Amino acid sequence: MIRRLSLTLALAGLVLAPALRADDSMPPAPWAYRQLPDAAQEAKAKALMETLRCLVCQSQSIADSDASIAGDMRSQVRERIAAGEDPEAIRAWLIQRYGDYVSYEPRVTSLTWPLFAAPLVLLALAALLLRKRFTGKGDGA
Amino acid sequence: MSEKPKAPRWTLWLPLALFAGFVVLVVGGLVRPKNNDIASQMIGKPLPAFSLPAGSDSRPALDAAHFKGGKPRLLNIFASWCIPCRAEAPVLEELRRAGVEIDGIAIRDRREDLAAFLGQYGNPYARIGVDDVSRVQLAIGSSGVPETFVIDAQGTIRYQHIGDIRPDQIPMILDKLKEAGQ
Repeated sequence: MIRRLSLTLALAGLVLAPALRADDSMPPAPWAYRQLPDAAQEAKAKALMETLRCLVCQSQSIADSDASIAGDMRSQVRERIAAGEDPEAIRAWLIQRYGDYVSYEPRVTSLTWPLFAAPLVLLALAALLLRKRFTGKGDGA
Repeated sequence: MSEKPKAPRWTLWLPLALFAGFVVLVVGGLVRPKNNDIASQMIGKPLPAFSLPAGSDSRPALDAAHFKGGKPRLLNIFASWCIPCRAEAPVLEELRRAGVEIDGIAIRDRREDLAAFLGQYGNPYARIGVDDVSRVQLAIGSSGVPETFVIDAQGTIRYQHIGDIRPDQIPMILDKLKEAGQ
């Protein structure tokens, strides 16, 4: 009984929560929740949307987010892909506006190169430290 | 056993040093205040071309061309459904009284909601455009409401203020406008 009551309360909370949030009441953008009729174009759009970061729900891609700005971004991505624009051009357009933040696709830049260099450096360091064991007389192992 | 190859002495401390470095990184990340602001990369670039329909019967529509010529202006991104925008409205009104020209873009807003908002909280805007699919918002690198951009007389974006302008930030905004006018 108590369990059922708490479940009901939890469900009521889920239903009521959006009403308390400051959010718009406009219908979603035309292509926010609609797939492109051309399957190949939709696949391209989907792949891009999965690597674009939502601006307000910061750990989700725009493909995963129900935020209205994410819907607007999806709609714009689909419109542009349908118009023949290259997915990487759309990504570049967004990076030009929001910086690397908006893309989940890692890039080598002056800021991120240590991430790419670190594994190589660590491997080299390990090889340096362990070289005696590898070239030892055979009784070290 | 004694002929086992010996690593240099300093390597004994390597794991501890790595661990200490890791602790410094983690503690640093925990202590630093959280900042979710996403700064627009469009500062110093021309305002992208756009033309938005009017959001109010009493104010004309908004076109990017309006920002060329005259003096630096504020471009305020707002919405009637945005709670901080209500707090910001009197501050914008004060800026308007100080002689600042403010144009507004209402994001994903119904006309009737917008009219009610402007009626209740005041209308400091010279022009109001409505952006129903966040198109202009995305084009200028804005990620939320409210945000305010300083646009100079050449139509170049000079400054972005994220969040509502607080009363004590009015002098700062006036300074930014003056800077943009030089």
